[in-house]
Amino acid sequence: MELYRGSLDVEAIFSKWLNEEKNSNYGAYIPFVGTIRAEDEIEALSFDIYEPILEQWFQGWVKRAEELGAKVKMAHAIGDVPVHTSSYISAVFSPKRRVALELIDEFVEDFKANAPIWKYDVKDGKRIYAEDRSTPMSGSGLLA
Amino acid sequence: MVKVEFLGPISQEVLELEAKTLADVATQLQNIETIAPWLEKCAVAVNDQMVSDLSIVLKSGDKISILPPVCGG
Repeated sequence: MELYRGSLDVEAIFSKWLNEEKNSNYGAYIPFVGTIRAEDEIEALSFDIYEPILEQWFQGWVKRAEELGAKVKMAHAIGDVPVHTSSYISAVFSPKRRVALELIDEFVEDFKANAPIWKYDVKDGKRIYAEDRSTPMSGSGLLA
Repeated sequence: MVKVEFLGPISQEVLELEAKTLADVATQLQNIETIAPWLEKCAVAVNDQMVSDLSIVLKSGDKISILPPVCGG
């Protein structure tokens, strides 16, 4: 798992991951790249991350992928990420395509639901919590 | 004393509370006007482990994290 301040350098990360696995004999490499769209007059999105629990969440997926003979990787931005640049990349490597295609779907969807990351719209330099697009994590409401 | 930290968009400084179990923490947080509305939609971790049981026994120095709704990517 890799965290970067500001926008991700997509080409550099793609290339780094490809190189890391070039001799691993994986037949499939499926990356997912999240790019900030220009909408609702935002200048950027901004992110807070709670790293200890994100790391645990990610390690759970590392184990799950290993059981399938696959490998997962992810990179995410911290702080402001301007429109038309990337905030999030994840990828699955696997011996054959089917495992990677299925795993990337589950990995990205679970990331959206359970990774401890908070998103804000940036408008006129102000950060506004993206409450309507956010999802309560599993087990929410315990203290209510 | 246990420490309660509020993550992401919840603007609340770290609180130090006397609590024997997570249920004690719940009762005290429900009485804080600015925090109570968040509780329904927040998940909880104790010492960076996600938890789902109010009867968890706490010891002095434990860190409780309150995690509001998330949206990565």
